[in-house]
Amino acid sequence: MKDIIGRIQSKLGDRGKDIKEQTNNRVYVSVDRKNIKECAKILFEDMDARYIVASDMENFDSFEILYHFGFDKESAIVSLRVYLDKDNPEIDTLTDIIPGISYIEREMWELLGINFKGHPNMKHFLLGDDWEKGNYPLRKDKYEK
Amino acid sequence: MNLKTKALKKSLWVYHMSGGSCNNCDIEILDCLTPKFDLERFGIVLVGSPRHADVLLCTGIVNKKCVERVKEVYEQTAKPCVVVAIGACACSGGMFRDSYEMGGPLNKIIPVDIYIPGCPPKPEAMIAGIVKVLEKLK
Amino acid sequence: MKNNKKTVIVPIGPYHPLLEEPEFFALYCDGEKIVDVEWQAGYNHRGIEKLSESKHWDQVTFLVERICGICSTSHPFAYCNTIENLIGMTIPERAKYIRSIIGELERIHSHLLWMGLAGHFLGYNTVFMWAWKYREPVLDLFEIISGNRNHYAMFKIGGVRRNIENEDIPKIRKMLAEIKGQLEMLIGAVLDDPVLTARLKNVGVLTKQDIKNFGSVGPVARASGVDVDVRRDEPYAAYPLVEWSVITAKNGDVLDKAVVRLSECLEAVKIITQCLDAIEGKAGEIGEEVRRVPEGEGIGRHEAPRGECFHYIRSDGANSPVRHKIRAPSYTNVPTFKASCIGQTISDVAIILAGVDPCYCCTERVAVYDAGKKKKLYDFQHLVELSKQKTERIRKEI
Repeated sequence: MKDIIGRIQSKLGDRGKDIKEQTNNRVYVSVDRKNIKECAKILFEDMDARYIVASDMENFDSFEILYHFGFDKESAIVSLRVYLDKDNPEIDTLTDIIPGISYIEREMWELLGINFKGHPNMKHFLLGDDWEKGNYPLRKDKYEK
Repeated sequence: MNLKTKALKKSLWVYHMSGGSCNNCDIEILDCLTPKFDLERFGIVLVGSPRHADVLLCTGIVNKKCVERVKEVYEQTAKPCVVVAIGACACSGGMFRDSYEMGGPLNKIIPVDIYIPGCPPKPEAMIAGIVKVLEKLK
Repeated sequence: MKNNKKTVIVPIGPYHPLLEEPEFFALYCDGEKIVDVEWQAGYNHRGIEKLSESKHWDQVTFLVERICGICSTSHPFAYCNTIENLIGMTIPERAKYIRSIIGELERIHSHLLWMGLAGHFLGYNTVFMWAWKYREPVLDLFEIISGNRNHYAMFKIGGVRRNIENEDIPKIRKMLAEIKGQLEMLIGAVLDDPVLTARLKNVGVLTKQDIKNFGSVGPVARASGVDVDVRRDEPYAAYPLVEWSVITAKNGDVLDKAVVRLSECLEAVKIITQCLDAIEGKAGEIGEEVRRVPEGEGIGRHEAPRGECFHYIRSDGANSPVRHKIRAPSYTNVPTFKASCIGQTISDVAIILAGVDPCYCCTERVAVYDAGKKKKLYDFQHLVELSKQKTERIRKEI
C-alpha cells in the first residue's frame, strides 16, 4: 500500500492532500473541486486505474463526492474526495475522460441536486420526467432550513 | 361468455407484468412453466398481450414510473378478468412501503382479487393460488 | 405520460410481454443497422439507498437482498464486507467457507438462468427448458441449507446466520455431484453445436477500451480479455483458501461471454467441493458478534455472477447508515450496449443484450425506432423473433 500511496503522491503533487490508507486496502485522497478533471485523468489514464463508480452525500455544511477507482493489481481502491458548496453544489463533468460516468452524474443530479457543468445529456435517468422540480429525494430532512 | 364459462370451456390465459420488483417473483412465475412444475397441465397459458388475458399476474411495488403503465394494462385487459397480486411487494409494498418512489401498493391502483403473499411465494403457492381461482369460478 | 397510440402487440412467446412507451432502451436504426442507443433506467427503482438510511444495520442486510432476486446473496455479501472493512474485523473461518459456498451456488443458478434465457432468444427453447430444469436442484440445495429457494438470508455482519450442519453435508455432496454431471452435459451440448457457435461468433464484440470506458466488470469484461475478478484481486471469504482459476477469453463476443459463464459454473463446483471438504466433520463459530458500528467509512465488494458488486457506507456511530451507496455490476455492464450494438444488425440485438446478462425485467422494455423519422418499428418481441429467424438461416447454411 505504501507503494501506491507514494506513486499517487508523486503524480498528483500538490493537488492530492491527506493521502492515506484509512481502512484495509482503502486509500482516500482529498482534492480541490477545480482540480478534479486533472486528477481523474491522471488516475484513469496515466495510472490506468479502473473506474468503479462515484458516490455523493449531503453533509451539514457541504456536499461531498467520492470518485472510486480500482487498482486491482495492488488490491486497492483509491477514492478521490471532493467537497462542494452547500448553496451551489457544482463541479465539472468527467464524461470526456470517462464516458461511462455519464449515468452516475445524471443520478447524482436528480437525487441530490449536484450540477455537472458541461454534461452532454443532463436529463432524468431513474426518476420520471414528471418528477417535481427541486425535490431531491436523497437530501436529508434534518438539513432543510 | 362470462369468465366462469370461459374457464370451463378453455384454458386460462394469463398475462404477467411487473411494476418495479426485484424480479424474484417474476423468475418464480417463469419457473412454473419449467418441467418441474409445468403450469400448462392445469390448462394455463401465458400470453403476450393483455387484450387476450383472463388473469393478470402482477408483481412489484408499482413504483411511480410504472403507475400509468399498470393502469393502461388493466384498462386494456378484456373484462371480466381476475387480478392477482403476487409477492409481498404487490400485496402491501413489503419493506419498500415507505420509499419515496412508492406508487402502490397494487390495490391502490387497480382492484385486486387475489393476494399470494411470500418473498417470493414458492411456485407451489402460486399454483395453489391460481387453482383456487379456478375453483372459485366453478 | 399517457400515449394515445395503441400499437398491436403480436404475442410471440409467453415471455417479455411488452407495452409501449416509456422504454427502457430506445434503439435508433437506419435500415437494418443500429445507429444509436438510449438507456432509460428507473423501472425497478425503489429508493433503496434512501430506505437504508432509516434501517438498523442488521435490517439493511435484508433490504439489500431484495435489490435483485437473481443475485440475491451478492448484495448482502458486499454489504457485510463493507461493514467488516469499516470496523476492520475478520470473521470466523467456518463462516468464510459457508459464505463462499452460498456465493458459488448462486453463481451456478444465475449462469444457468442466463443460459436458459439466451437459448430462448436464439430459438433454442429446449436449452431454456433444460437449463431451468437443471437449475431446480440448485434451488433445492438452497432450500436445504437456508430454508428458502431465493432470498436465503444467510448473511449477517460478522459471519453467517445459519450453519451448514455436518450431517447435511453428504446429502449436499450427492446433489452437487448430480448437478456437476448435468452441467457438463448441458455445456457440452451447447458449445458443440455448430449453429450456436456460428450464430454467436463475432457478435456484440466489446474491445478492452470499451470495457475500460464503461468500467465493465464480470464475465463481460473477462470475455474481452480484461483480467479482473474481485475474488482474486482482493481475496475475501474462503477464496484465498481454496484452489480455483479465473476464466478469461480473447474476442469479447457473445460466444466468449457464454464460454466464460459456463466455465465459471464448473469452477464454482470445484470451489464448493473444497469448501465442504474444509468444514465437514469440524466444529466452529459461524459468527463474530458485532454490537456497534463505529464512526467511519467502509467500502466492500463481492464478485457477483454479473461482476463486481460495490457498496460504500458512511457511519456516524449511530444505529443506521448516514449514507449507503450501492453499485450493482449491471450498472457498468448494461451501458456497453451502446458500444456493442451500434453498427450491428437488428437481428442480433436480442442476443447482444442477453450477452450482458442484465436483469430480466430490464429486457422487457426495448423498442426500435427509425432514426430518420423517429417512427417506432419493433418491440422486443419482434427482436427475439428476428433473432430466431437468423438462427434458422444459419442452420440451413451449415
